[in-house]
Amino acid sequence: MLTGRAFKFGDGISTDHIIPGKYAYLRSNLPELAKHVMEDADPTFAARVKAGDFIVGGNNFGLGSSREHAPLVIKMAGVKAILAKSVARIFFRNAINLGLPVLICNTDEIADGDILEIDLKAGLIRDKTNNKSLTFGKIPEVMLHILDEGGLLPYIEKHGDIRV
Amino acid sequence: MGKTIAEKILINKTGSDLSAGDIVVAPVDLAFIQDTTGPLTVRQFQAAGFKKLAPSIKAAVFLDHAAPSQSREMSNDHTLLRAFARETGALLSDVGDGVCHQIVAEKLAKPGDLIIGSDSHTVTAGALGAFACGMGSSDVAVVFGLGRTWFRVPESFHITLTGKFNKGVLAKDLVLSLIGQIGADGATYKSLEFGGEGLSTLRISDRLTISNMAVEAGAKAGIFPSDEITNAYLKEQGRAADYKPITADFEAVYERTIHIALNKLEPMVSRPHTVDNTVTAKELAGTKVQQVLIGTCTNGRLDDLKIAAGILKGKKRHPQTRLVITPASRKILLEAIKAGYIQTLIESGAVIMPPGCGACLGLHQGVIGDGEICVSTANRNFKGRMGSAEGFIYLSSPATAAASAIKGEITDPREFL
Repeated sequence: MLTGRAFKFGDGISTDHIIPGKYAYLRSNLPELAKHVMEDADPTFAARVKAGDFIVGGNNFGLGSSREHAPLVIKMAGVKAILAKSVARIFFRNAINLGLPVLICNTDEIADGDILEIDLKAGLIRDKTNNKSLTFGKIPEVMLHILDEGGLLPYIEKHGDIRV
Repeated sequence: MGKTIAEKILINKTGSDLSAGDIVVAPVDLAFIQDTTGPLTVRQFQAAGFKKLAPSIKAAVFLDHAAPSQSREMSNDHTLLRAFARETGALLSDVGDGVCHQIVAEKLAKPGDLIIGSDSHTVTAGALGAFACGMGSSDVAVVFGLGRTWFRVPESFHITLTGKFNKGVLAKDLVLSLIGQIGADGATYKSLEFGGEGLSTLRISDRLTISNMAVEAGAKAGIFPSDEITNAYLKEQGRAADYKPITADFEAVYERTIHIALNKLEPMVSRPHTVDNTVTAKELAGTKVQQVLIGTCTNGRLDDLKIAAGILKGKKRHPQTRLVITPASRKILLEAIKAGYIQTLIESGAVIMPPGCGACLGLHQGVIGDGEICVSTANRNFKGRMGSAEGFIYLSSPATAAASAIKGEITDPREFL
């Protein structure tokens, strides 16, 4: 069971909002890069986020670049899951590859600052602030296996190959 | 049942009868990295315990996003990537050679190939009849090591093209118009497949522009059938043997069909901060512009520089508007010099950048300032994309960009044709 606070964002949060290309030169210095997480969406985010919190987006979360650094800096900030109405394809795959769950659900009723309780196995999200419950869409099986192992690298280390 | 091009390529690679929705492991023909995503790939490759590239894979390393490097940190990343190429035997394309997607088109991609790259615009190679899609650093690391990865066979949209462009209307206008119509997530996880009699009027440069932006509608691939135009292009690149015909079956099943009459299109512009925020260039007349960027993997080809030089010949850029040109490859730059386009552009007041990604991702070579407006022929106008979250990016064709550079405001290029 995961419990944390929701940081609410709108539709179309791009990988440039999450970690702008102008910081590409910091990508071999991840602690420094991670200081800029979500900078162009909310410059106060990096200072306020705590381990265990959640990012809650709208439609097409993570559109744009293939930079795996986008889900990576979110994970480094301690965020335990991303909730969104829909997610861009490459971002989705990258997040799962890093062991960061992306849950597709109707995020309309979740407000910024709400306390959420997420049961990944049962597929349930409970908003403890407004007392509403949500279900999230099924993650494809191949991605679920990767997520269960903690990401693509641990999966490959364990299995030596990709199986579907 | 009839098959789409995406289905046919994955069927050919796996030997299984597949349809949209199936998940398969398929061998990859070409996998590549670039200098902003590659260092993480190299580290993941090593962390996974891989020592050598899979024997079946063609691998390439491109130093194009910071080319030449603007910082000590990027230079160190380049050193890491050069060493990786040297140790593994991956092809190295160094600073000044050009943008990965252009080099892939010129030298590497073949019709029917399955290609992945750690860059979202890997979709560009779909113009040559390849199934090409972007992935992250870890995915590419695993493909480097294993030679294969998993794919979900995508559903496809058929984009049926008829007629031909009117004067002043270009491939960029088509793709901006399409994205405006279906939305920035209108084709998430889908393959956009192009067809119809209008195809015969689209050059490879046009098709590369269109496939390049498929990802801006969320698509996993943007694929053209290969035809005589593809064949002629590969011959010009000295790669006649790489040609093979690949088309969708007549009875292929599409999730959606979208008809576009090329002769009905007008010069289009995407307003900040989303690519689907489109209007006609005419509607934005009067919008003052501080910088114009012509080039990149979207519109940095010879045909693009030709149209820009044609509009700018004998004219000057507006005194309040900077004009930055970024050719997509060394080959293109040389051809543009030979054809006189570069001289024309410099005489009009342009500054010529080395072949590469240039200012598109906000790292160097034309970063915009707070409150500035840039008309760009690149593919993204996201907030902060060109270096300032307070800047504004309008996407257009090279014709609209050139016309806007002359007037210092967004301009329908037909005024100059």
